[in-house]
Amino acid sequence: MTLNRKKFLNILLSLSGIAGLGAIFYPIFSYLIPPKISEPKVNSVKVGSASDFPNNSYKIVKFGRKPVILIKTVEGDFKALSATCTHLECIVQYKSDTHQIWCACHNGIYDLNGRNVSGPPPRPLTPYDVKIINDEIVITSAG
Amino acid sequence: MMKKITSNLVSWLDERFDLTPIRNLLLHKKVPIHKHSLWYYLGGVTLFLFFIQLVTGILLLLYYKPGEDSAYESVRFIVTEVKFGWLIRNVHSWSANLLIFFAFLHMFSVFFTQSYKKPRELTWITGFVILALALAFGFSGYLLPWNELAFFATKVGTDIIGILPVVGEKLRVILRGGEDVTGATLSRFFGIHVAILPAIFTFFLVLHLLFIQRQGMHEPEHFKNLPEDKKKYIPFFPDFALRDALLWLIVFNVIIFLALYFPWELGNKADPFASAPSGIKPEWYFLFMFQTLKFLPAHILFIDGELLGVLAFGLAGLLWMLIPFIKLKEKPNWKIQPITIVGILVVSFIVVMTILGYLL
Repeated sequence: MTLNRKKFLNILLSLSGIAGLGAIFYPIFSYLIPPKISEPKVNSVKVGSASDFPNNSYKIVKFGRKPVILIKTVEGDFKALSATCTHLECIVQYKSDTHQIWCACHNGIYDLNGRNVSGPPPRPLTPYDVKIINDEIVITSAG
Repeated sequence: MMKKITSNLVSWLDERFDLTPIRNLLLHKKVPIHKHSLWYYLGGVTLFLFFIQLVTGILLLLYYKPGEDSAYESVRFIVTEVKFGWLIRNVHSWSANLLIFFAFLHMFSVFFTQSYKKPRELTWITGFVILALALAFGFSGYLLPWNELAFFATKVGTDIIGILPVVGEKLRVILRGGEDVTGATLSRFFGIHVAILPAIFTFFLVLHLLFIQRQGMHEPEHFKNLPEDKKKYIPFFPDFALRDALLWLIVFNVIIFLALYFPWELGNKADPFASAPSGIKPEWYFLFMFQTLKFLPAHILFIDGELLGVLAFGLAGLLWMLIPFIKLKEKPNWKIQPITIVGILVVSFIVVMTILGYLL
């Protein structure tokens, strides 16, 4: 393959063309990637009075940017678990009739310790710690 | 290999959609070459700038959040946090200004070469509509960052529209989405800027281009009267298209240069209860009208001066749109024809008023 003038110029032109397009598309693709928004790290959340919380009921609590399900069982124990279904990220709810955690999207069921009992969820829900300090419910991330 | 794939694809399409018109355009469209050929490029540059607006506008939409509490903050987020966000916003602003500038240049070049004459009356009218829409784009987009300047510019602009008799009040309320300029105005302008105007603009732009393709390039008198063998043409494709592309590349680089070295201010967030900043002026392309209204006395023969000014501009715009249908007597022994004198007066008026707007 001999490199004559025409071929040489063509290669040169193509290379500058590619470089030019690169200079246009690199900023555009960088722009499309959303910048990381720093979120304050949350280690614990105060939820309110423990005695005002009715038995056999639940509440979805904001833990930073993650939803946490806080359940007061029939016996009056507190359970806190990640409220994000491990199947496809719907938010679960507590069924006061069956005393189970249920996900409405695809009928996934977890027990009160977060174990995936039936339906599509592949993994258990991540547990959180609940402490009662002077009648104040405090949720902290486990471990 | 590539050639074979391409030719197979073309024949596949040809069998189904008859590509003759496109083939004719590519093979037979020609561009006259003469001392005024330069003016043939301006429309294309304006079109290119519109493409830039389309791309950068869509990119800005990904991060912009309309609303009184989020618009300003989201623009600040774009120019400070998003990678190359400052570049996208600056290119959008600069390209917008150049678009208006080139649209004006394009219009006056068509006017002075008298290219609007039969059979191109509709090309002129659609072009006029496109220019009006471009100005509306500028006016509505200006408010979106929700900063001080934008807020007051919108207040003043919508007030001027409110001067109009009978419909003025209604029109102002419709534009503002209420009595005052508020978040409701912002929502409205956002919708106008990103949905309504692009749709209408695209429609008229397609018409405008269609008319040009159907009639070919306009040939000035001195060129038309040449004997056939003296007329010089170049094929539109690839010769003229490549020259177009080169100019587009140059304009693109100019925009990048401006975006890098002359970034657009974001200024302070709009505060409906703060005084207007001193020396506040509309965008340069509205300045000549703004300045003229300032010069008018409060009353001209019992009529409100500003009202008369607004009506006069409206009438002038209408006449300008109907230029192809207005016949001024040609004076065979005049060096400069009356219609050209009218054009020179209009350009001088705009230029002088704009300069005064910056000096006073």
